[in-house]
Amino acid sequence: MSSSVETRTSIVWDYAPAPESVDHVRLEDRYGLFVDGEFRDPSDGGYVSTINPATEDRLADVAYGGPEDVIAAIQSARAAAPKWAALRPLERAKYLFRVARLIQERSRELAVVETMDGGKPLRESRDVDVPLAAAHFFHYAGWADKLRYGVNAREVEPLGVVGQIVPWNFPLLMAAWKLAPALACGNVAVLKPAETTPLTALLLAEICQEAELPPGVVTILPGDGATGAALVRADGIDKVAFTGSTAVGRDIQAALAGTGTPLTLELGGKSANIVFEDAALDQAVEGIVNGIFFNQGHVCCAGSRLLIQESVRDEVVAKLWQRMRRLRLGDPLDKNTDVGAINSAEQLERIEVLVAAGEQEGASRRTVACELPERGYWFAPTLFTDVSPAHRIAVEEIFGPVVSVLTFRTQAEAIEKANNSRYGLAAGIWTDKGSKAFEVASALKAGVIWQNTYNHFDPTAAFGGYKESGFGREGGPAGLRPYLRVVR
Amino acid sequence: MRFTDPSVVAWQGVIRRLPHVDRVGVEERAAQLGKRSIKTTAKQQGIRLAVSMLDLTTLEGADTAGKVRHLCAKGVCPAPTMPEIPSVAAICVYPSLVATAKEALHGTGVKTASVATGFPAGQVSLDAKLRDTEDAVAAGADEIDMVISREAFLAGDDTRVQQEILAVKERTGDAHLKVILETAELGSYDHVRHASLLAMEAGADFIKTSTGKAASGATPGVCLVMLEAIRDYAERTGRIVGFKAAGGVSTSKAALHRLVLVKETLGDEWLTSERVRIGASSVLNDLLLQYAKTETGRYGRAEDFSKE
Repeated sequence: MSSSVETRTSIVWDYAPAPESVDHVRLEDRYGLFVDGEFRDPSDGGYVSTINPATEDRLADVAYGGPEDVIAAIQSARAAAPKWAALRPLERAKYLFRVARLIQERSRELAVVETMDGGKPLRESRDVDVPLAAAHFFHYAGWADKLRYGVNAREVEPLGVVGQIVPWNFPLLMAAWKLAPALACGNVAVLKPAETTPLTALLLAEICQEAELPPGVVTILPGDGATGAALVRADGIDKVAFTGSTAVGRDIQAALAGTGTPLTLELGGKSANIVFEDAALDQAVEGIVNGIFFNQGHVCCAGSRLLIQESVRDEVVAKLWQRMRRLRLGDPLDKNTDVGAINSAEQLERIEVLVAAGEQEGASRRTVACELPERGYWFAPTLFTDVSPAHRIAVEEIFGPVVSVLTFRTQAEAIEKANNSRYGLAAGIWTDKGSKAFEVASALKAGVIWQNTYNHFDPTAAFGGYKESGFGREGGPAGLRPYLRVVR
Repeated sequence: MRFTDPSVVAWQGVIRRLPHVDRVGVEERAAQLGKRSIKTTAKQQGIRLAVSMLDLTTLEGADTAGKVRHLCAKGVCPAPTMPEIPSVAAICVYPSLVATAKEALHGTGVKTASVATGFPAGQVSLDAKLRDTEDAVAAGADEIDMVISREAFLAGDDTRVQQEILAVKERTGDAHLKVILETAELGSYDHVRHASLLAMEAGADFIKTSTGKAASGATPGVCLVMLEAIRDYAERTGRIVGFKAAGGVSTSKAALHRLVLVKETLGDEWLTSERVRIGASSVLNDLLLQYAKTETGRYGRAEDFSKE
């Protein structure tokens, strides 16, 4: 074996393709509206195909709810509401625990479908979206018989029928965030999934059937913006909860003005991720990557405004760029993929427009040179330096894998720059100094603040925004409040 | 390469900020890389690579010339039925058995490595450490695995830690110097990172996690911190320092996980036995079993391969 000396230097090692199997996934050819505990054809809406953004292949046809469908859905929900509200809280909890366990049982299928329908890497849908969705149901199942302790009242009651609209970036998880607290509080829900990603919500409808949830307690009404607009304006809706863009949120708030219908909004963001010179820089770089390239940057709380202390700016940017070049972009179903497909052609165009604006306004652009698949919607991880606070890429939400680097000199300047935004959803603080972290955190106007980590979610923690990022909280006991009326 | 006296080393860019390591963050990243899916051809190539990087080790009071010869034969040709499996990188023994190993390995390309400097505790005088080193080198060792003085490090005497390394380095001649940090005894990732830097500044050719005799060894977090230190040092000085994971790497999965850490922290050009080693005694047979499984589709038995 004397040839081994050459052999050992010539071994090339790359990961072989490791696609998750899709054999166990059986999608229907078409999905109806889930109303009154069963799937039915729309009466005045049509069927529209939902596609895999990584391949542009059609996955299934999905019914869109028309105006009449919305009315019928609300009627069925209203009919179910009194009985569900009157159910002993422990019984409601039993249903929610059942849903949580069924999500766990079907987790592999849900993860694969989430990835196929939305383009996110399987690594994320498997390790984040699906387990967290189950965790939210478990968490709120536990609250069902302890509601008044959650809101510190002597007597509470549910609001009735709640209309909920969720976005396309975390389709199943956002449905869980909305449904679990609403149901635990004794409300019934009409939920509209996003037009590009309706499938896991429809699988969740199947799970509700399996869990023998009483008909009408959960209604899933796929559709586009028109369906959502009809839903929030319909008679018989007692509360609206919306997660999505600030523009649509504004429209909904205008529509509900003066009606007395309570509203919670979780909207956009341009969150600051602040790296101080005394931070653990290698871990900060990981946090920056998690902050902006997690789910291709399709995250409302993404750390898209990176604020680096000037003294370590070059070092952090060099480390970040090196790390970015190791990101593996490609087939979202491959277990080793870090960055998947952009959710839709429309979103890709939005990203391209803003990135072009960044270049035009004079920021320096660096995009990872990686091979993009021929079909599907893709955008390689991108870093902007020499960004000034006035640039569009420092102000507007890009909702893509694009990070803008700004610098600061002192703690006071960091706080001022971080707060200088229309938005106020989240922020990250990277420092090894505990006192500094608390000082900065209390000065930031953001609903969620992470210290030495980013984009970590937990059902026990409240999530929500300041300013144009919306109002109301989801998660933990604070997430009960929007779904309850305090009687006394 | 000449190294200046550490007391006057100009710590350009280092004085202002000693590196911090966040425990939660580093362990999270290291664990995440443990989830890479290594299947089919990647598994085969990864196993071959891991074998080629092995420092096949025996460090026991009961070691004899006979046992070391058997181990050398095993290291040169780990699996006669699978000729595509390369030789290991080195055989690692105590100084008294270096001559035996050197003779058994003559002409095979497999290196002879020796621990030295009062391994594993290093609680002997500097003179004894140097003498130990000289013995191993005189007996023909190609590589010396020394231990740092944890006593000096934990007492805050960085200068003495470096001076010992410099003194040993002067006596290793052409032999490669691997500096063992014994991370389990350092107490924190901050210390691991700092000790890595001290060793590299003092001229280490490799930095190595552990002796294999402490409570824990080359944990994923420790490996990642040391690899990051190596990367930053290479970036700053242009000098390449190698990495050796030793202690607790006893399964193929663990070995491949360490290779993933190297690949995604330092890059593909580091995936060679000139820059990375895995010190182990028991992992080789698990690598062979796993390799055979990729060929035959079934798991073999432990008895399928000789122990030495």
